[in-house]
Amino acid sequence: MIEEVLVTARFNDKIDPSLGIWTWEIAFYLFMGGMAAGIMLFAAWAVLTRKQDDLAFAHNRFALWAPVVLSLGMTTLFLDLEYKIHVFRFYTSFQPASPMSWGAWVLVLIYPLMIVQVLSTLRAGYPMLAGWLERLPGGSQILDLCENRRRLIAWLVIPSAVALGIYTGVLLSALSARPFWNSGMLGPLFLISGLSTAAVLPLLAGAVGKERRFFETSDMGLITIELAMITLFLITLATGAAQHLGALDLVFGGEYTVPFWLWFVVPGLLLPVAFELVALRGNRLFGLAAALLVVYGGFMLRYLMVEIGQASTWGEYAVQFDPALLMRLTQ
Amino acid sequence: MTTYAMVIDTLSCIGCGDCVVACKNENKVPAGLNRDWVVEATRGEYPDLETEFRSERCNHCRHATCVTSCPTGASHHWKDTNIVLVTAAKCTGCKACIAACPYDARMLMRPEGYVDKCTFCHHRIDRGLDPACVASCPTHCMYFGILDNRDSIVSRLLRARRYKVLMPETGNQPQVYYLI
Repeated sequence: MIEEVLVTARFNDKIDPSLGIWTWEIAFYLFMGGMAAGIMLFAAWAVLTRKQDDLAFAHNRFALWAPVVLSLGMTTLFLDLEYKIHVFRFYTSFQPASPMSWGAWVLVLIYPLMIVQVLSTLRAGYPMLAGWLERLPGGSQILDLCENRRRLIAWLVIPSAVALGIYTGVLLSALSARPFWNSGMLGPLFLISGLSTAAVLPLLAGAVGKERRFFETSDMGLITIELAMITLFLITLATGAAQHLGALDLVFGGEYTVPFWLWFVVPGLLLPVAFELVALRGNRLFGLAAALLVVYGGFMLRYLMVEIGQASTWGEYAVQFDPALLMRLTQ
Repeated sequence: MTTYAMVIDTLSCIGCGDCVVACKNENKVPAGLNRDWVVEATRGEYPDLETEFRSERCNHCRHATCVTSCPTGASHHWKDTNIVLVTAAKCTGCKACIAACPYDARMLMRPEGYVDKCTFCHHRIDRGLDPACVASCPTHCMYFGILDNRDSIVSRLLRARRYKVLMPETGNQPQVYYLI
Protein backbone atom coordinates (compact mmCIF):
# COMPACT_ATOMS: atom_id res chain seq x y z
CA MET A 1 0.00 0.00 0.00
CA ILE A 2 1.16 3.51 -0.68
CA GLU A 3 -0.80 6.59 0.24
CA GLU A 4 0.45 10.06 -0.69
CA VAL A 5 -1.32 13.12 0.65
CA LEU A 6 -0.50 16.72 -0.06
CA VAL A 7 -0.03 18.18 3.40
CA THR A 8 -0.15 21.69 2.01
CA ALA A 9 -2.62 22.43 -0.75
CA ARG A 10 -1.48 22.56 -4.34
CA PHE A 11 -4.32 23.34 -6.66
CA ASN A 12 -2.70 25.37 -9.41
CA ASP A 13 -5.12 26.38 -12.16
CA LYS A 14 -5.17 23.98 -15.15
CA ILE A 15 -2.47 21.80 -13.56
CA ASP A 16 -4.20 20.19 -10.59
CA PRO A 17 -5.74 17.71 -10.03
CA SER A 18 -4.66 16.67 -13.54
CA LEU A 19 -3.18 18.58 -16.42
CA GLY A 20 -5.77 20.48 -18.48
CA ILE A 21 -3.80 23.25 -20.19
CA TRP A 22 -4.81 22.50 -23.78
CA THR A 23 -8.38 21.86 -24.94
CA TRP A 24 -10.38 22.19 -28.18
CA GLU A 25 -8.48 25.28 -29.37
CA ILE A 26 -5.20 23.37 -29.78
CA ALA A 27 -6.99 20.28 -31.15
CA PHE A 28 -8.74 22.46 -33.74
CA TYR A 29 -5.46 24.14 -34.70
CA LEU A 30 -3.72 20.77 -35.16
CA PHE A 31 -6.72 19.55 -37.17
CA MET A 32 -6.78 22.61 -39.43
CA GLY A 33 -3.00 22.60 -39.83
CA GLY A 34 -3.08 18.98 -41.03
CA MET A 35 -6.02 19.68 -43.33
CA ALA A 36 -4.27 22.72 -44.86
CA ALA A 37 -1.17 20.58 -45.49
CA GLY A 38 -3.37 17.96 -47.19
CA ILE A 39 -5.09 20.56 -49.38
CA MET A 40 -1.74 21.97 -50.50
CA LEU A 41 -0.42 18.49 -51.30
CA PHE A 42 -3.46 17.45 -53.36
CA ALA A 43 -3.47 20.77 -55.23
CA ALA A 44 0.26 20.44 -55.97
CA TRP A 45 -0.19 16.80 -56.99
CA ALA A 46 -2.88 17.72 -59.53
CA VAL A 47 -0.55 20.32 -61.08
CA LEU A 48 2.51 18.05 -61.15
CA THR A 49 0.56 15.20 -62.78
CA ARG A 50 -1.07 17.67 -65.26
CA LYS A 51 -4.58 16.53 -64.30
CA GLN A 52 -6.28 19.81 -65.16
CA ASP A 53 -9.15 17.88 -66.82
CA ASP A 54 -9.53 14.82 -64.57
CA LEU A 55 -8.93 16.71 -61.30
CA ALA A 56 -10.27 20.10 -62.29
CA PHE A 57 -11.29 21.16 -58.76
CA ALA A 58 -7.99 20.08 -57.18
CA HIS A 59 -5.99 21.62 -60.03
CA ASN A 60 -7.68 25.01 -60.18
CA ARG A 61 -9.78 25.77 -57.12
CA PHE A 62 -8.57 23.67 -54.15
CA ALA A 63 -5.45 25.68 -53.28
CA LEU A 64 -7.48 28.70 -52.14
CA TRP A 65 -8.98 26.64 -49.32
CA ALA A 66 -5.59 26.08 -47.65
CA PRO A 67 -4.92 29.63 -46.34
CA VAL A 68 -8.55 29.92 -45.22
CA VAL A 69 -8.40 26.63 -43.31
CA LEU A 70 -4.98 27.36 -41.78
CA SER A 71 -6.03 30.86 -40.75
CA LEU A 72 -9.05 29.46 -38.91
CA GLY A 73 -6.66 27.14 -37.05
CA MET A 74 -4.26 29.98 -36.30
CA THR A 75 -7.18 31.92 -34.82
CA THR A 76 -7.92 29.22 -32.25
CA LEU A 77 -4.19 28.85 -31.58
CA PHE A 78 -4.14 32.55 -30.73
CA LEU A 79 -7.23 32.11 -28.55
CA ASP A 80 -5.36 29.46 -26.56
CA LEU A 81 -2.46 31.77 -25.67
CA GLU A 82 -2.69 32.91 -22.07
CA TYR A 83 -0.62 36.07 -22.65
CA LYS A 84 -2.00 37.19 -26.00
CA ILE A 85 -0.30 40.57 -26.29
CA HIS A 86 3.04 38.73 -26.24
CA VAL A 87 2.22 36.71 -29.38
CA PHE A 88 4.91 38.66 -31.28
CA ARG A 89 7.52 37.01 -29.02
CA PHE A 90 7.39 33.90 -31.25
CA TYR A 91 9.18 36.00 -33.84
CA THR A 92 11.79 37.74 -31.72
CA SER A 93 13.90 34.59 -31.38
CA PHE A 94 14.44 31.16 -32.86
CA GLN A 95 14.82 28.26 -30.44
CA PRO A 96 16.23 25.29 -32.39
CA ALA A 97 15.33 22.76 -29.67
CA SER A 98 11.69 23.82 -29.53
CA PRO A 99 9.27 22.28 -32.08
CA MET A 100 6.84 25.13 -31.39
CA SER A 101 9.49 27.65 -32.42
CA TRP A 102 10.13 25.68 -35.62
CA GLY A 103 6.38 25.64 -36.24
CA ALA A 104 6.10 29.40 -35.82
CA TRP A 105 8.84 29.98 -38.39
CA VAL A 106 7.60 27.24 -40.76
CA LEU A 107 4.30 29.12 -40.88
CA VAL A 108 6.15 32.24 -42.00
CA LEU A 109 7.45 30.24 -44.98
CA ILE A 110 4.17 28.41 -45.61
CA TYR A 111 1.90 31.44 -45.91
CA PRO A 112 3.73 33.11 -48.83
CA LEU A 113 3.97 29.72 -50.52
CA MET A 114 0.22 29.22 -50.07
CA ILE A 115 -0.43 32.62 -51.61
CA VAL A 116 1.69 32.00 -54.71
CA GLN A 117 0.12 28.54 -55.06
CA VAL A 118 -3.31 30.20 -55.09
CA LEU A 119 -2.14 32.89 -57.55
CA SER A 120 -0.75 30.25 -59.91
CA THR A 121 -4.26 28.89 -60.59
CA LEU A 122 -6.41 31.90 -59.78
CA ARG A 123 -7.37 32.76 -63.37
CA ALA A 124 -8.50 29.21 -64.09
CA GLY A 125 -10.18 28.61 -60.71
CA TYR A 126 -11.57 31.95 -59.64
CA PRO A 127 -11.74 34.27 -62.68
CA MET A 128 -13.65 36.95 -60.77
CA LEU A 129 -10.97 37.17 -58.06
CA ALA A 130 -8.28 37.18 -60.73
CA GLY A 131 -10.13 40.02 -62.48
CA TRP A 132 -10.09 42.13 -59.32
CA LEU A 133 -6.40 41.43 -58.85
CA GLU A 134 -5.59 42.35 -62.43
CA ARG A 135 -7.09 45.79 -61.87
CA LEU A 136 -4.43 46.49 -59.25
CA PRO A 137 -1.09 47.89 -60.43
CA GLY A 138 1.23 44.97 -61.20
CA GLY A 139 -1.52 42.41 -60.49
CA SER A 140 -1.50 41.00 -63.99
CA GLN A 141 2.28 40.59 -64.01
CA ILE A 142 2.20 38.79 -60.63
CA LEU A 143 -0.44 36.38 -61.92
CA ASP A 144 1.58 35.78 -65.10
CA LEU A 145 4.71 35.14 -63.07
CA CYS A 146 2.98 32.65 -60.75
CA GLU A 147 1.23 30.85 -63.63
CA ASN A 148 4.50 30.48 -65.52
CA ARG A 149 6.16 29.05 -62.39
CA ARG A 150 3.21 26.81 -61.53
CA ARG A 151 5.17 23.55 -61.55
CA LEU A 152 8.10 25.02 -59.61
CA ILE A 153 5.67 26.30 -56.99
CA ALA A 154 4.03 22.85 -56.80
CA TRP A 155 7.45 21.23 -56.28
CA LEU A 156 8.21 23.69 -53.46
CA VAL A 157 4.81 23.04 -51.89
CA ILE A 158 5.39 19.29 -51.53
CA PRO A 159 8.19 19.35 -48.88
CA SER A 160 6.76 22.43 -47.15
CA ALA A 161 3.29 20.93 -46.77
CA VAL A 162 4.74 17.61 -45.60
CA ALA A 163 6.72 19.56 -42.97
CA LEU A 164 3.54 21.38 -41.90
CA GLY A 165 1.55 18.14 -41.64
CA ILE A 166 4.23 16.29 -39.70
CA TYR A 167 4.93 19.27 -37.46
CA THR A 168 1.39 19.15 -36.03
CA GLY A 169 2.23 15.71 -34.61
CA VAL A 170 5.82 16.47 -33.61
CA LEU A 171 4.52 19.40 -31.54
CA LEU A 172 3.01 16.82 -29.17
CA SER A 173 5.42 13.90 -29.58
CA ALA A 174 8.42 16.04 -28.57
CA LEU A 175 6.94 16.49 -25.09
CA SER A 176 8.51 13.48 -23.40
CA ALA A 177 6.91 14.32 -20.07
CA ARG A 178 3.59 13.00 -21.45
CA PRO A 179 4.12 9.31 -22.28
CA PHE A 180 1.03 8.96 -24.49
CA TRP A 181 2.42 11.57 -26.90
CA ASN A 182 6.01 10.42 -26.81
CA SER A 183 6.01 8.38 -30.03
CA GLY A 184 7.62 9.07 -33.37
CA MET A 185 4.45 7.73 -35.02
CA LEU A 186 2.48 10.85 -34.16
CA GLY A 187 4.00 13.07 -36.89
CA PRO A 188 3.33 10.70 -39.82
CA LEU A 189 -0.06 9.77 -38.32
CA PHE A 190 -1.19 13.40 -38.24
CA LEU A 191 0.12 13.93 -41.79
CA ILE A 192 -1.87 10.97 -43.14
CA SER A 193 -4.95 12.05 -41.19
CA GLY A 194 -4.54 15.57 -42.59
CA LEU A 195 -4.39 14.17 -46.13
CA SER A 196 -7.47 12.07 -45.42
CA THR A 197 -9.55 15.00 -44.13
CA ALA A 198 -8.40 17.12 -47.10
CA ALA A 199 -9.36 14.34 -49.54
CA VAL A 200 -13.03 14.49 -48.55
CA LEU A 201 -13.36 18.26 -49.02
CA PRO A 202 -13.74 18.03 -52.85
CA LEU A 203 -16.47 15.44 -52.27
CA LEU A 204 -18.29 17.86 -49.96
CA ALA A 205 -17.73 20.61 -52.54
CA GLY A 206 -19.53 18.53 -55.17
CA ALA A 207 -16.71 16.96 -57.19
CA VAL A 208 -18.06 14.59 -59.82
CA GLY A 209 -16.94 11.88 -62.24
CA LYS A 210 -13.31 10.83 -62.27
CA GLU A 211 -12.40 13.41 -59.62
CA ARG A 212 -14.98 12.05 -57.18
CA ARG A 213 -13.74 8.51 -57.75
CA PHE A 214 -10.11 9.63 -57.31
CA PHE A 215 -10.77 11.28 -53.97
CA GLU A 216 -13.00 8.46 -52.70
CA THR A 217 -10.41 5.79 -53.48
CA SER A 218 -7.58 8.02 -52.18
CA ASP A 219 -9.41 8.55 -48.91
CA MET A 220 -10.07 4.83 -48.49
CA GLY A 221 -6.38 4.16 -48.94
CA LEU A 222 -5.42 6.94 -46.54
CA ILE A 223 -7.82 5.74 -43.84
CA THR A 224 -6.44 2.21 -44.21
CA ILE A 225 -2.91 3.57 -43.72
CA GLU A 226 -4.16 5.64 -40.76
CA LEU A 227 -5.64 2.53 -39.13
CA ALA A 228 -2.33 0.72 -39.60
CA MET A 229 -0.44 3.67 -38.09
CA ILE A 230 -2.74 3.83 -35.08
CA THR A 231 -2.17 0.10 -34.56
CA LEU A 232 1.60 0.65 -34.72
CA PHE A 233 1.28 3.65 -32.38
CA LEU A 234 -0.51 1.47 -29.81
CA ILE A 235 2.05 -1.34 -30.29
CA THR A 236 4.85 1.16 -29.64
CA LEU A 237 3.22 2.08 -26.34
CA ALA A 238 2.54 -1.59 -25.49
CA THR A 239 6.20 -2.48 -25.95
CA GLY A 240 7.44 0.55 -24.01
CA ALA A 241 8.47 1.16 -20.42
CA ALA A 242 6.17 1.28 -17.40
CA GLN A 243 5.00 4.84 -18.00
CA HIS A 244 4.09 3.97 -21.61
CA LEU A 245 2.11 0.96 -20.43
CA GLY A 246 0.36 3.23 -17.95
CA ALA A 247 -0.50 5.60 -20.78
CA LEU A 248 -1.80 2.71 -22.89
CA ASP A 249 -4.10 1.67 -20.04
CA LEU A 250 -5.97 4.94 -20.52
CA VAL A 251 -7.44 3.56 -23.79
CA PHE A 252 -7.52 -0.10 -22.76
CA GLY A 253 -9.84 -0.15 -19.77
CA GLY A 254 -9.01 3.34 -18.49
CA GLU A 255 -11.11 6.48 -18.55
CA TYR A 256 -10.57 7.13 -22.28
CA THR A 257 -11.45 3.63 -23.51
CA VAL A 258 -14.99 4.51 -24.61
CA PRO A 259 -14.12 7.89 -26.17
CA PHE A 260 -11.14 6.45 -28.07
CA TRP A 261 -12.82 3.39 -29.53
CA LEU A 262 -16.50 4.32 -29.68
CA TRP A 263 -16.26 8.03 -30.37
CA PHE A 264 -13.21 7.98 -32.64
CA VAL A 265 -12.08 4.64 -34.15
CA VAL A 266 -15.55 3.30 -35.02
CA PRO A 267 -17.33 6.43 -36.33
CA GLY A 268 -14.20 8.28 -37.50
CA LEU A 269 -12.32 5.48 -39.30
CA LEU A 270 -14.20 2.18 -39.65
CA LEU A 271 -17.62 3.55 -40.65
CA PRO A 272 -16.21 5.92 -43.32
CA VAL A 273 -14.30 3.03 -44.96
CA ALA A 274 -17.48 0.94 -45.01
CA PHE A 275 -19.56 3.84 -46.34
CA GLU A 276 -16.97 4.65 -49.02
CA LEU A 277 -17.10 1.05 -50.23
CA VAL A 278 -20.85 1.51 -50.76
CA ALA A 279 -20.30 4.95 -52.28
CA LEU A 280 -17.89 3.54 -54.86
CA ARG A 281 -20.86 1.59 -56.29
CA GLY A 282 -22.56 4.89 -57.00
CA ASN A 283 -24.44 5.75 -53.80
CA ARG A 284 -23.68 9.44 -53.30
CA LEU A 285 -25.52 9.69 -50.00
CA PHE A 286 -23.11 7.21 -48.40
CA GLY A 287 -20.22 9.12 -49.96
CA LEU A 288 -21.43 12.32 -48.35
CA ALA A 289 -21.95 10.63 -44.98
CA ALA A 290 -18.46 9.10 -45.19
CA ALA A 291 -16.94 12.51 -45.97
CA LEU A 292 -18.63 14.12 -42.96
CA LEU A 293 -17.51 11.27 -40.69
CA VAL A 294 -13.92 11.59 -41.92
CA VAL A 295 -13.90 15.29 -40.98
CA TYR A 296 -15.38 14.38 -37.59
CA GLY A 297 -12.78 11.61 -37.14
CA GLY A 298 -9.93 13.94 -38.05
CA PHE A 299 -10.95 16.38 -35.34
CA MET A 300 -11.63 13.66 -32.77
CA LEU A 301 -8.16 12.16 -33.35
CA ARG A 302 -6.54 15.47 -32.38
CA TYR A 303 -9.01 16.23 -29.59
CA LEU A 304 -8.54 12.86 -27.90
CA MET A 305 -4.78 12.85 -28.45
CA VAL A 306 -4.55 16.25 -26.73
CA GLU A 307 -6.80 15.06 -23.87
CA ILE A 308 -5.26 11.62 -23.31
CA GLY A 309 -1.70 12.94 -23.54
CA GLN A 310 -2.37 15.36 -20.73
CA ALA A 311 -3.88 12.58 -18.61
CA SER A 312 -0.73 10.47 -19.04
CA THR A 313 2.16 11.15 -16.70
CA TRP A 314 5.44 9.76 -15.39
CA GLY A 315 4.14 9.76 -11.86
CA GLU A 316 1.24 11.11 -9.88
CA TYR A 317 0.33 11.28 -6.25
CA ALA A 318 -1.57 8.25 -5.03
CA VAL A 319 -4.09 10.56 -3.40
CA GLN A 320 -4.76 13.90 -5.05
CA PHE A 321 -5.74 17.06 -3.24
CA ASP A 322 -9.48 17.40 -3.37
CA PRO A 323 -10.81 20.92 -2.71
CA ALA A 324 -14.22 19.37 -1.96
CA LEU A 325 -12.73 18.05 1.29
CA LEU A 326 -12.00 21.61 2.42
CA MET A 327 -15.56 22.58 1.63
CA ARG A 328 -16.77 19.77 3.91
CA LEU A 329 -14.75 21.19 6.81
CA THR A 330 -16.49 24.53 6.49
CA GLN A 331 -19.99 23.04 6.46
CA MET B 1 27.24 24.87 -15.94
CA THR B 2 27.36 25.58 -12.19
CA THR B 3 25.02 23.18 -10.41
CA TYR B 4 23.04 24.44 -7.44
CA ALA B 5 21.34 21.68 -5.45
CA MET B 6 18.80 21.50 -2.68
CA VAL B 7 19.06 18.61 -0.22
CA ILE B 8 16.11 17.76 2.00
CA ASP B 9 16.39 15.32 4.89
CA THR B 10 13.13 13.38 4.88
CA LEU B 11 14.05 11.88 8.27
CA SER B 12 14.04 15.34 9.89
CA CYS B 13 11.14 16.90 8.00
CA ILE B 14 7.93 17.01 10.01
CA GLY B 15 5.74 18.35 7.21
CA CYS B 16 4.95 21.61 9.00
CA GLY B 17 4.62 23.54 5.73
CA ASP B 18 6.74 26.51 6.87
CA CYS B 19 8.70 26.25 3.61
CA VAL B 20 5.48 26.79 1.69
CA VAL B 21 4.50 29.82 3.79
CA ALA B 22 8.02 31.29 3.54
CA CYS B 23 7.95 30.94 -0.25
CA LYS B 24 4.58 32.60 -0.54
CA ASN B 25 5.72 35.52 1.61
CA GLU B 26 9.14 35.94 -0.01
CA ASN B 27 7.92 35.72 -3.59
CA LYS B 28 4.46 37.26 -3.15
CA VAL B 29 2.86 34.13 -4.61
CA PRO B 30 -0.85 34.91 -5.15
CA ALA B 31 -3.52 33.14 -3.14
CA GLY B 32 -4.53 29.83 -4.66
CA LEU B 33 -1.15 29.24 -6.31
CA ASN B 34 1.87 27.37 -4.97
CA ARG B 35 5.49 27.21 -6.06
CA ASP B 36 6.22 24.50 -3.50
CA TRP B 37 4.16 21.97 -1.57
CA VAL B 38 4.61 19.20 1.00
CA VAL B 39 3.75 15.56 0.38
CA GLU B 40 3.17 12.98 3.10
CA ALA B 41 3.82 9.51 1.69
CA THR B 42 2.87 6.47 3.76
CA ARG B 43 3.89 2.98 2.70
CA GLY B 44 3.34 -0.53 4.05
CA GLU B 45 0.57 -2.50 5.76
CA TYR B 46 -0.73 -1.66 9.22
CA PRO B 47 0.97 -1.86 11.69
CA ASP B 48 4.17 -1.88 9.62
CA LEU B 49 3.91 1.61 8.19
CA GLU B 50 6.52 4.16 7.21
CA THR B 51 5.80 7.82 6.61
CA GLU B 52 7.96 10.23 4.68
CA PHE B 53 7.51 13.98 4.31
CA ARG B 54 8.77 15.58 1.12
CA SER B 55 8.91 19.30 0.47
CA GLU B 56 8.59 19.46 -3.33
CA ARG B 57 9.15 22.18 -5.95
CA CYS B 58 10.76 22.68 -9.35
CA ASN B 59 13.76 20.35 -9.55
CA HIS B 60 15.87 22.85 -11.50
CA CYS B 61 16.92 20.08 -13.85
CA ARG B 62 20.28 20.24 -15.59
CA HIS B 63 18.57 18.86 -18.68
CA ALA B 64 15.35 20.84 -18.34
CA THR B 65 12.75 19.85 -20.94
CA CYS B 66 10.75 22.96 -20.03
CA VAL B 67 13.67 25.10 -21.24
CA THR B 68 14.18 23.21 -24.50
CA SER B 69 10.45 23.25 -25.30
CA CYS B 70 10.04 27.02 -24.85
CA PRO B 71 9.54 28.66 -28.27
CA THR B 72 10.55 32.16 -27.20
CA GLY B 73 13.48 31.68 -24.83
CA ALA B 74 11.36 32.88 -21.89
CA SER B 75 12.27 29.72 -19.96
CA HIS B 76 16.01 29.70 -19.52
CA HIS B 77 18.89 28.66 -17.30
CA TRP B 78 20.06 31.56 -15.11
CA LYS B 79 23.68 32.74 -15.53
CA ASP B 80 24.98 29.39 -16.81
CA THR B 81 23.62 27.54 -13.79
CA ASN B 82 20.92 24.88 -13.58
CA ILE B 83 18.49 27.37 -12.02
CA VAL B 84 15.49 27.58 -14.34
CA LEU B 85 13.74 30.95 -14.59
CA VAL B 86 10.95 32.41 -16.70
CA THR B 87 11.19 35.90 -18.17
CA ALA B 88 7.58 37.10 -18.02
CA ALA B 89 8.21 39.72 -20.70
CA LYS B 90 9.04 36.97 -23.21
CA CYS B 91 6.33 34.48 -22.21
CA THR B 92 3.34 34.04 -24.53
CA GLY B 93 1.48 31.66 -22.21
CA CYS B 94 1.61 28.90 -24.84
CA LYS B 95 2.01 26.40 -21.97
CA ALA B 96 4.48 24.15 -23.81
CA CYS B 97 6.78 24.31 -20.76
CA ILE B 98 3.95 23.16 -18.48
CA ALA B 99 3.33 20.16 -20.73
CA ALA B 100 7.08 19.49 -20.88
CA CYS B 101 7.60 19.42 -17.10
CA PRO B 102 7.23 15.87 -15.73
CA TYR B 103 6.92 17.30 -12.20
CA ASP B 104 3.99 19.66 -12.93
CA ALA B 105 5.97 22.31 -11.07
CA ARG B 106 4.84 25.33 -13.07
CA MET B 107 1.82 27.56 -12.76
CA LEU B 108 -0.09 30.22 -14.66
CA MET B 109 -0.14 33.73 -13.23
CA ARG B 110 -3.49 35.52 -13.42
CA PRO B 111 -4.71 37.79 -14.82
CA GLU B 112 -1.62 38.38 -17.02
CA GLY B 113 -1.22 34.78 -18.20
CA TYR B 114 2.52 34.25 -18.03
CA VAL B 115 4.05 31.10 -16.51
CA ASP B 116 5.79 31.24 -13.16
CA LYS B 117 7.66 28.78 -10.94
CA CYS B 118 10.15 28.28 -8.12
CA THR B 119 13.32 30.27 -8.76
CA PHE B 120 15.43 28.77 -5.93
CA CYS B 121 15.12 32.41 -4.72
CA HIS B 122 17.91 33.47 -7.09
CA HIS B 123 17.53 37.06 -5.85
CA ARG B 124 18.61 35.82 -2.41
CA ILE B 125 21.41 33.67 -3.87
CA ASP B 126 22.80 36.85 -5.47
CA ARG B 127 23.09 38.28 -1.94
CA GLY B 128 24.74 35.13 -0.58
CA LEU B 129 21.57 33.94 1.17
CA ASP B 130 19.79 30.59 1.10
CA PRO B 131 16.37 30.28 -0.56
CA ALA B 132 13.54 31.43 1.73
CA CYS B 133 12.21 27.89 2.22
CA VAL B 134 15.64 26.65 3.36
CA ALA B 135 16.22 29.65 5.63
CA SER B 136 12.83 29.27 7.33
CA CYS B 137 12.86 25.51 8.00
CA PRO B 138 12.38 25.08 11.79
CA THR B 139 13.93 21.59 11.85
CA HIS B 140 16.88 22.57 9.61
CA CYS B 141 16.15 19.67 7.33
CA MET B 142 16.76 21.68 4.14
CA TYR B 143 20.19 22.50 2.72
CA PHE B 144 21.31 24.47 -0.29
CA GLY B 145 24.62 24.92 -2.06
CA ILE B 146 26.81 24.35 -5.08
CA LEU B 147 27.18 20.70 -5.97
CA ASP B 148 30.40 21.26 -7.93
CA ASN B 149 32.10 22.41 -4.71
CA ARG B 150 33.25 19.28 -2.85
CA ASP B 151 33.25 21.13 0.46
CA SER B 152 29.72 22.50 0.21
CA ILE B 153 27.18 21.16 2.68
CA VAL B 154 25.13 19.59 -0.12
CA SER B 155 28.14 17.74 -1.57
CA ARG B 156 29.14 16.44 1.84
CA LEU B 157 25.62 15.28 2.68
CA LEU B 158 25.23 13.45 -0.63
CA ARG B 159 28.60 11.73 -0.07
CA ALA B 160 27.68 10.67 3.44
CA ARG B 161 24.00 9.75 3.22
CA ARG B 162 21.69 7.64 1.07
CA TYR B 163 19.48 9.77 -1.14
CA LYS B 164 17.02 9.75 -4.00
CA VAL B 165 15.70 12.18 -6.59
CA LEU B 166 12.18 12.19 -8.01
CA MET B 167 11.69 10.34 -11.30
CA PRO B 168 15.35 10.20 -12.41
CA GLU B 169 14.17 7.98 -15.29
CA THR B 170 12.89 11.08 -17.12
CA GLY B 171 16.51 11.90 -17.90
CA ASN B 172 16.01 15.52 -16.79
CA GLN B 173 18.74 15.32 -14.11
CA PRO B 174 16.72 16.88 -11.27
CA GLN B 175 18.69 18.77 -8.62
CA VAL B 176 16.47 18.45 -5.54
CA TYR B 177 17.78 15.54 -3.50
CA TYR B 178 15.97 13.71 -0.69
CA LEU B 179 18.01 12.07 2.07
CA ILE B 180 16.38 8.77 3.04
